[in-house]
Amino acid sequence: MTVVTRGFKGRGTRDAQLPPGQYLTPDFPVLSAGPTPRIDPTGWEFFIATGSGERRTWSWSQLRALPTETVMVDIHCVTKWSKLGTTWDGVSLDTLLADVEPAGDFALVHSYGGYTTNLPVADLTGGRAWVAFRYAGAELDPEHGGPARLLVPHLYFWKSAKWVRGVELLRQDQPGFWESVGYHNYGDPWREQRYWGD
Amino acid sequence: MTESWLTQSGAPQSGAPPSWVDGNELAGALAEVFAVDVTTAQGVCAGCGRMAPVAETRVFDRAPGLVARCVGCSAVLLRVVRGPDRIWLDLRGMACVQIAMPGTGGASPDGPGA
Repeated sequence: MTVVTRGFKGRGTRDAQLPPGQYLTPDFPVLSAGPTPRIDPTGWEFFIATGSGERRTWSWSQLRALPTETVMVDIHCVTKWSKLGTTWDGVSLDTLLADVEPAGDFALVHSYGGYTTNLPVADLTGGRAWVAFRYAGAELDPEHGGPARLLVPHLYFWKSAKWVRGVELLRQDQPGFWESVGYHNYGDPWREQRYWGD
Repeated sequence: MTESWLTQSGAPQSGAPPSWVDGNELAGALAEVFAVDVTTAQGVCAGCGRMAPVAETRVFDRAPGLVARCVGCSAVLLRVVRGPDRIWLDLRGMACVQIAMPGTGGASPDGPGA
């Protein structure tokens, strides 16, 4: 198991660890745009659609058999709460994308329940994104996206799609659920990219 | 429509607070946009065709915006995002909105042909 630690280096004081406009919370607020899907892992599947007609899939057992990383990261919600030093276990998207030749530079992430979010493929690689299935050492609670959610902590947390179902690789960018109704297409918390035009 | 892999449950789990409130929660945000109280309007779900008062939708408000869902099929009817100086409103989930206008004889709540 690889251990990767981020978020507690080179930023000095505690306040300096917070992106502009954020406040610290000791809690882990539950935000959701819809009812919580209760997903049976026996029917769970994760897919990557390459955009050129190829579709890779992993069952729950196949995903869990892949190399797991433990990461410590800060998370920043666009509703202005931040939580520092959260610990997750998951499979890196670098592993899942290792043998995939993307047809384009854009990704649309799909969730069970219909939620979507978009981001550049480049932001899914380079040790910056995971399919996470454990939080703080325990199986991920359904309210927080279990059995598995995307974890992309360098972007606002709406990009870390709960109940992740797969990634569609696209030649043209396609706005997701929040990106199509006012929220920023990229969502970098350090540049405070909350809304269109920020 | 419920797929085989899940059971949709917006109802509170044991001891948990409810994850949604009723459509009256939309009144404040929509009053900033419309001259009439849209929560009294009838909306037709673009997914299942169910017609119901906007006030009776299920609104998920613990989110970056307000998301109103159909009581019948759980499809998204309406989304409202409030920025510091702008509001974004997405109504694509409603095939039609019927708004009763006071002093004009009212409107049938049952839709066309009623």
